[in-house]
Amino acid sequence: MDFKFDIEKNMEKVRCLETFIEKNRQVPGVLIPVLQEAQGLFGYLAREVMEIIARGLDVPVSKVFGVATYYTQFTFMPKGENDISICLGTACYVKGAQEILEEVQNILGIKDGETTPDLKFSITSTRCVGDCSLAPVVLVNDDIYPNVNKKEVKDIIAKYKVEVECYDHL
Amino acid sequence: MITYEKLVQMSLEQRAILEERLLKEDKIEIKDGFIVLKGDYYKEQIRIALKNCGIIDPGNIEEYIALDGYKSLARALIEETPIKIIEQISESNLRGRGGAGFPTGRKWNEAYKTLSDQKYFICNADEGDPGAFMDRSILENDPHSVLEGMAIGGYAIGSNQGYIYVRAEYPMAVKKLRIAIKQAKEYGLLGDNILGTGFNFDIELRLGSGAFVCGEGTALIESIEGKRGMPRNKKARTSHKGLYQQPTILNNVETIACVPVILQRGTEWFKNIGTEKSTGTKVFALVGKVEKAGLVEVPMGMPLRNIINDIGGGVQDGKALKAVQTGGPSGGCIPVSLMDTPVDFESLDKIGSIIGSGGMVVMDENTCMVDIARFFLEFTVDESCGKCTPCRVGNKRMLEILTMITNGTAELHHIEDLKEIAEVIAETSLCGLGQTAPNPVLSTLNYFYDEYLTHVKDKKCPAGVCQALITYSIDEKCIGCTKCVKVCPTSCISGNKKEQHEIDQNLCVVCGACFEICPVSAIRKG
Amino acid sequence: MIKLTINDKEVSVPEGSTILDAAKQLKIKIPTLCHMSLYDIQFFNQSASCRVCVVEQEGRNNLLPACATPVSEGMKIRTDTKKAIRARRTIVELLLSDHPNDCLICAKNGDCELQKIAADLGIREIKYPGEIATFPTDNSSKSIVRNMTKCILCKRCETMCSSIQTVDVLTEIGRGFDTVMGAAFNLPMDETTCTFCGQCLAVCPTGALSEVNNVSKVWDAINSDKVVIVQTAPAVRVALGEEFGMEVGSLVTGKMVGALRRIGFDRVFDTDFAADLTIIEEASELIHRIQHGGKLPMLTSCCPAWVKFFEHQFSDMLDIPSSCKSPHEMFGALSKTYFAEKMGLKAEDIIVVSVMPCVAKKYEAARPELSEGSSSDVDIVITTRELALMIKEASIDFENLDDKEFDNPLGESTGASVIFGATGGVIEATLRTAYEFLTGKTLENVEFSSLRGMQGIKEATIDINGMSINIAVSHGLGNARHLLEKIRSGKANYHAIEIMACPGGCIGGAGQPFHHGDLSILDKRMNGLYKEDRGKTLRKSHENPMIKKLYDEFLGEPYGEKAHELLHTTYVARKKI
Ligand SMILES: Cc1cc2nc3c(=O)[nH]c(=O)nc-3n(C[C@H](O)[C@H](O)[C@H](O)COP(=O)(O)O)c2cc1C
Ligand code: SF4
Ligand code: SF4
Ligand code: SF4
Ligand code: SF4
Ligand code: SF4
Ligand code: SF4
Ligand code: SF4
Ligand code: SF4
Ligand code: FES
Ligand code: FES
Ligand code: FES
Repeated sequence: MDFKFDIEKNMEKVRCLETFIEKNRQVPGVLIPVLQEAQGLFGYLAREVMEIIARGLDVPVSKVFGVATYYTQFTFMPKGENDISICLGTACYVKGAQEILEEVQNILGIKDGETTPDLKFSITSTRCVGDCSLAPVVLVNDDIYPNVNKKEVKDIIAKYKVEVECYDHL
Repeated sequence: MITYEKLVQMSLEQRAILEERLLKEDKIEIKDGFIVLKGDYYKEQIRIALKNCGIIDPGNIEEYIALDGYKSLARALIEETPIKIIEQISESNLRGRGGAGFPTGRKWNEAYKTLSDQKYFICNADEGDPGAFMDRSILENDPHSVLEGMAIGGYAIGSNQGYIYVRAEYPMAVKKLRIAIKQAKEYGLLGDNILGTGFNFDIELRLGSGAFVCGEGTALIESIEGKRGMPRNKKARTSHKGLYQQPTILNNVETIACVPVILQRGTEWFKNIGTEKSTGTKVFALVGKVEKAGLVEVPMGMPLRNIINDIGGGVQDGKALKAVQTGGPSGGCIPVSLMDTPVDFESLDKIGSIIGSGGMVVMDENTCMVDIARFFLEFTVDESCGKCTPCRVGNKRMLEILTMITNGTAELHHIEDLKEIAEVIAETSLCGLGQTAPNPVLSTLNYFYDEYLTHVKDKKCPAGVCQALITYSIDEKCIGCTKCVKVCPTSCISGNKKEQHEIDQNLCVVCGACFEICPVSAIRKG
Repeated sequence: MIKLTINDKEVSVPEGSTILDAAKQLKIKIPTLCHMSLYDIQFFNQSASCRVCVVEQEGRNNLLPACATPVSEGMKIRTDTKKAIRARRTIVELLLSDHPNDCLICAKNGDCELQKIAADLGIREIKYPGEIATFPTDNSSKSIVRNMTKCILCKRCETMCSSIQTVDVLTEIGRGFDTVMGAAFNLPMDETTCTFCGQCLAVCPTGALSEVNNVSKVWDAINSDKVVIVQTAPAVRVALGEEFGMEVGSLVTGKMVGALRRIGFDRVFDTDFAADLTIIEEASELIHRIQHGGKLPMLTSCCPAWVKFFEHQFSDMLDIPSSCKSPHEMFGALSKTYFAEKMGLKAEDIIVVSVMPCVAKKYEAARPELSEGSSSDVDIVITTRELALMIKEASIDFENLDDKEFDNPLGESTGASVIFGATGGVIEATLRTAYEFLTGKTLENVEFSSLRGMQGIKEATIDINGMSINIAVSHGLGNARHLLEKIRSGKANYHAIEIMACPGGCIGGAGQPFHHGDLSILDKRMNGLYKEDRGKTLRKSHENPMIKKLYDEFLGEPYGEKAHELLHTTYVARKKI
């Protein structure tokens, strides 16, 4: 899924990055420290951010991308505020974890490994989380949901939506 | 700015203060005038690289100075020529602790002889072996020893710019290093005109970004240059053409930490520790199924058995020792029959393993050697840079074959295929990662061939590790408590209360939940 | 000199040579795959990544890559030990295990270096089957197809694109088994700054990069009831013969015309005619600029890859290239007006097919500026290689064809147009005409030898009527960038510059038979063109009688109103990264 990076909303961080580039552009081999700075600032590397870096350091954008994708430290998709991980280990799988994953994907409209455009949720499937006797298991952030069935998925997700909304009203 | 005299004076003053603090804490004793840690765990150890670890406060340069810190640098700058320093390091026979064991003095001499306006001295602190943490310990507990060693090295080869390439996953080490560099600069022990001698040496930190292969020298250099950290096909030695094509020395943290001590206490003293060809000590990360896991520093040549039993307190839970894996993903598995092997560069090489960076994983009878090989291969495949064919494709194929063996789908010829691919990968790979990646496979094939055969022919995992080859069954010890019935995710356990239960093998997904919960160990795995 | 032995034979080579160089001297064959060194154009791909060239050195456990290991005194190398042979074989087996192996339907079938090595090693099974790193095919552009499932990560394309062309489109992405050669953000090629010069595919050893194949479109056109016109570029005739095993550099103009007729084209014309026309327009534009204080230097614009390059990289300087369309586009425009009129046809009734040494011209033909209403000036572009395929498909015995002549009126040409195909040729042809236009005198010695040859940048100062005209010629986009930067910073004082994207010019175009690392092939093709020029009675474009007629009957003044409408074009500023 394409995630739209909002340059306006991130203007302050973009300025930070640009200042960092400006200050250090003469340092030899500074591309990786700049990428690290950007990863730290934004939590991931959006295409627009990599283009800013390419222009700022006057290196081809292909090289920026090539370098960034080489190192596992750099990520290209923001994680959501709430990370929903669904165990797809054997025990959970036989108890219908795949169905649950599909349900979560349907409700959120994103795929495994992706994040919703509002940055509220992301989905991560994992292998065994060590609670096989409670299969199928869903984790939302640090909260464990045991023996989940398809019908409950909606309610689980709703819980986190509500929390966020309440927060907005404060 | 500090002068040599002031440094000596400060050392005297601070030593007294430090001793007082340490004695109060009752952690140490004083042996031949040296402060050492107390306790059985330390008795058989000789600490050179780790000598200050756990003793001084790493955030306080004065405590480092108290224990003769920066004196070697000061003396080198004031009294010695670069070539004299190199001679002493050569004479001590210090060999690289980063894996390859290359003589440090010889390397320095190459860089020294190569004329250039700009040379670089790099400290390799990328420590990527899973389960190894000796460099981290030095960086976090004694960062100044690394800075001092680097400055001495810089002076010896004629470099005024150092880099420390440290993995980003070590935030504490990074923090300690930053503080240490700042302090050393304030004291005039780094930066311009060190100790008023006119020698300049600066150190810049670079953070690794999650690529194991960046521990390899040329890949690390590419990474500092801001590129994809892929190893170079070496046409010239790094000491001739390294970073930005200039003469460059790359040394491991532990190697560097030894340098000031060698200069301080003399090459004779150092050479008397260890064996003839492998002098000094080596730090190991002793982990796995061992009673007392931790970092140990022992003289080279100490037999494996002594390290594991005398220092590590033997295998955990009274289980039988099966093998020891040394050298991480580049190393090999040493069977229990070879436990008397002395741990030094030559001896380990002879039996198909290496010292490597110093990982030492103890394995007991419950370890499946095929699974271990597969585990390391998984790591290698994840970390291969993908540049050269044998490593990129070969390791993937090996992993696939090992996976087939562990899930019972392999045939006999696969073992032969495995061997052939492994040998070719070792012979033809571009860098050390590929060249050593087959070691875990080759060494287990060599020493545990039967275990491979059992997997392939009998479809059994003798250690009971490989999920697909395991079955769970309930024996007569069962008291019919029904606990297992409740945890079984596929509801495949049946039986009447208080009678022996039974598992329907067709439905069992071998999750092991029943095995874990049974109060009378009536469930058998195998 | 360094002395060493290979397979017990002694040899001396200069310091810095590789084992491979030394083996070549001894005529010992070592297979290679990733390695490619084109000394003439400073292209060195020494990634040492494939490892098929490994050899054994006495006393060493590990094998050495011959292509990237420098020789040392007293070295003892063996290429024929059991160990070396097994390693070579296993490595190719590993490569094939990560390969689709669908040679029969592959663009490179019969011309693939991987296929050849596998054949030479007699490989008969995929010994270690396993997962194949698979990637979607990129069909986005009009010029290049990327099928990265077939890529062996030799990096030749990246080296070409970055070091020689300095376009920097391609990079390795990701790492390990899943590494893929691609553009930033995995963008499809048509969304990048790619110039479509195709030099990446010209050096790709496999079918991972190939041209967009338009052969079936041409057959469809021929089988339709429209009038199908074909035109052939100058560089095609000195290369086409290679595809039929003829000697490199053979001129096969007559046979080519014969084959095109047999294939069924309604008219067989020559792009050379339009090249002559281009010269008239370009020379006139140059003179106009010189005489009216116009922007100088003037850059040639007949290479579409070069045009796209400056649109991306030098969009602040769009006023310096000549506004002339490339020859085949001029030809297309005339076909659908002048020729159509003559034949009483409508533009829509005509299909123009260009046979070009070039893959960029496929993209160029689709540029919106280069069409009149719904009808493109040129409808279909095929390359020299695709034409050879059509000839083979029609089972025409090419070598034994009789020589035939181009049709008229768009078939006549002069020697000036023939040399268009080699670097320096366009400017040389322009000078021949500009000289006579400016001085009114006859140019006796028409050959400007200082503008010929494979040097990356050539310069000359030519005296015309007491005025010193500074000329530069470059081929390869890296050289072009160098010149452009000099101009931008005001350090250059040229009047006219010829730029071709491909090393050697169009004779080295990406649509030509593959040279597989042997650049002497380009020299031979170049000589072939110069020979053809020398053999012509008319060697200046403005002497072409059909061109004169064209202006009289149809176009009016050179560089005039009608000429502008049909023969000139505009450029657009494009994104730099
Ligand atoms: C894949 C690979 C990873 C390596 N990782 C490290 C590392 O993390 N730390 C290290 O000091 N050396 C590492 N090395 C060894 C270095 O290449 C180099 O030999 C060493 O840093 C030289 O220092 P020394 O002579 O002091 O040992 C690695 C080598 C390879 C092939
Ligand atoms: S051996 Fe592996 S890590 Fe080393 S260069 Fe080759 S692919 Fe990269
Ligand atoms: S191993 Fe798991 S699935 Fe099999 S019987 Fe025990 S609890 Fe049930
Ligand atoms: S938990 Fe153990 S004792 Fe209890 S029923 Fe199951 S097998 Fe028998
Ligand atoms: S790239 Fe070569 S080897 Fe691969 S399918 Fe095509 S012709 Fe065959
Ligand atoms: S070479 Fe083999 S596979 Fe290919 S067409 Fe001939 S018979 Fe078929
Ligand atoms: S066609 Fe030319 S510009 Fe485009 S990727 Fe290939 S080499 Fe680079
Ligand atoms: S696309 Fe072709 S030239 Fe480029 S790396 Fe792959 S095989 Fe080599
Ligand atoms: S030089 Fe010729 S073949 Fe190459 S891109 Fe330009 S026009 Fe095409
Ligand atoms: S399989 Fe899901 S928790 Fe173990
Ligand atoms: S040709 Fe030598 S490594 Fe590829
Ligand atoms: S193809 Fe026409 S000038 Fe090159």
